[in-house]
Amino acid sequence: MRKTSITGWLLASPLSLILLVFLAAPIAMIVVVSFWGATEWAIYPAFEFENYEFLLTSSVTSRVFLNTFKYAAITWACTLVIGFTVAYYLAFHIRTLTWQIVLFLLCTIPFLTSNIIRMISWIPFLGRNGLANSALISWGVIDEPVEWLLFSDFSVILAFVHLYTLFMVVPIFNTMMRIDKSLIEAAADAGASGWQTLWQVIVPLTKPGIMIGTIFVLALVMGDFITVRFMSGSQSANVGRMIQNDIALLQYPSASATAVILLVTVLLLIGTLLRFVDIRKEL
Amino acid sequence: MKNKLDLELVSLTKRYGQTLAVDEISYHFGVGTYACLLGPSGCGKSSTLRMIAGHESVSSGAVTLGGRDISNLPPAKRGTAMMFQNYALFPHLTVIDNVAFSLKMRGVAAEERRKRAMSMLDLVDMAALSDRLPAQLSGGQQQRAALARALITEPDVLLLDEPLSALDPFLRIRMRAELKKLQRELGITFIHVTHGQEEALALADEIVVMNNAIIEQAGRTRDVFEAPKTAFVALFLGSHNVVSMPEGKVAIRTDAIRLTKPEAAKLPGTITNIEYQGTHVALTAAIPGNQDVTALLPDKDFFGNPKDVGEAIGLDWKAEAAHALAS
Repeated sequence: MRKTSITGWLLASPLSLILLVFLAAPIAMIVVVSFWGATEWAIYPAFEFENYEFLLTSSVTSRVFLNTFKYAAITWACTLVIGFTVAYYLAFHIRTLTWQIVLFLLCTIPFLTSNIIRMISWIPFLGRNGLANSALISWGVIDEPVEWLLFSDFSVILAFVHLYTLFMVVPIFNTMMRIDKSLIEAAADAGASGWQTLWQVIVPLTKPGIMIGTIFVLALVMGDFITVRFMSGSQSANVGRMIQNDIALLQYPSASATAVILLVTVLLLIGTLLRFVDIRKEL
Repeated sequence: MKNKLDLELVSLTKRYGQTLAVDEISYHFGVGTYACLLGPSGCGKSSTLRMIAGHESVSSGAVTLGGRDISNLPPAKRGTAMMFQNYALFPHLTVIDNVAFSLKMRGVAAEERRKRAMSMLDLVDMAALSDRLPAQLSGGQQQRAALARALITEPDVLLLDEPLSALDPFLRIRMRAELKKLQRELGITFIHVTHGQEEALALADEIVVMNNAIIEQAGRTRDVFEAPKTAFVALFLGSHNVVSMPEGKVAIRTDAIRLTKPEAAKLPGTITNIEYQGTHVALTAAIPGNQDVTALLPDKDFFGNPKDVGEAIGLDWKAEAAHALAS
């Protein structure tokens, strides 16, 4: 009995150690530093609430957080619609497993290049004299270049959707593949139309996958700074950009405090979402 | 219950690319019968059922119900309902919502569909479990729920795809009795696909034995069992010996064979195995031509004149007990 408990502890220790060193310790560090003080030229250990006080009372913070939520919400909606459609097509319209795998791998090919490259490749396409504008002008759709294509909320969200849709496709596809095909036949037997089958059977059964995809996309968009910086031409801000700015100015305590607030916000968000859908079956 | 309609298969064919799954089968199911499609796996019985249900397109030929060609209608417009092999209950819906699903699809008001679903659940004795999810039910309970869901559409024909195969042997026998009882009460046609001959004999008024995409033999269950036309049917239904005689292959029921002295018998043989089965004793004998013949003897007859393995015996039967088989 005693021996097995020791074996158990030993078996659990590698993972615990990794989590402790690479997850728990850094977060603890950030929390500790977030209470430190800073002047223009120095950072000093302390336990004061000045950083939080400043953040929580500044109108900039709330505007930036709102902007972050806006990006997250719109990106989520777009990735969900596209991701669900792609997954649905792969899972229910492609008949053979071979083709499902081939097409699924095709979806992942963009991931062979780095995020930044994929993001930057939009710039020559969307720019004032870029491919999109010249094509639209030559087709006669517009008379002069459209300005909002690049360095705007549009381009930021476009890049987010491009980067993160696959994170929605994968879990939804995974869940859909587990749906027994005879359920679709049973729905048809009961006289359900295509839409009724979709809403009454497929969507409810896909909820856990949608939820996992949602968590991925929210976490990625809420924590992003580089996409916002490149695609908005440094004209928009989100929380990640705020933290990055603080770090650039060596204001680590303030950056830490912002990071803690962001972490708590995202955790609350995900916690709320998980109350509605049980994802345990999917894990 | 209502005006009942007869189902007919007319040269029904299913091709998957080059493979022929069902080859021009024709059969007329009597009104209100319990019919079993019986055959080994891959014989085309499930494809046939799925074509009747509308879950598989018909390559050629037709399915008619009450004289109306239903081959190209969507499943719900055919007057058939299907009970799936794994029941295919919607896992996210409670039993009552599963049963009421088709009513909901038709836009029946919530209260009305609850009432009708409840009466259907009463019929299959599941009313007490109406608020459970399928995962909280046993196999037999899931089957009842699936039955109620299929029957609520008031079908003329209920199609059952291996409905008992997921149950344990004890429950299988109980559910089989309930299926039969339900069919008698409703008076509609049941078409039941199975690969178990015992199940088919126990349930079916009419039996359709399929093999290699065609119907080997079909008709009233007793007629088929009493007079199998091919060696396949005789062997698949069981309780038959197929013996090569000078005049050709014949089928003889195991219980029609009597033991006699070797000299006086139609066939001489040597006992190779004796199996006690309670009420009967199954005695296997090797006969010339490297064939086996099984004789099922009442226990009193056998133990009144016991035999031993290795003993030479004679196998005899009445002339009318042997049925000539098509080669």
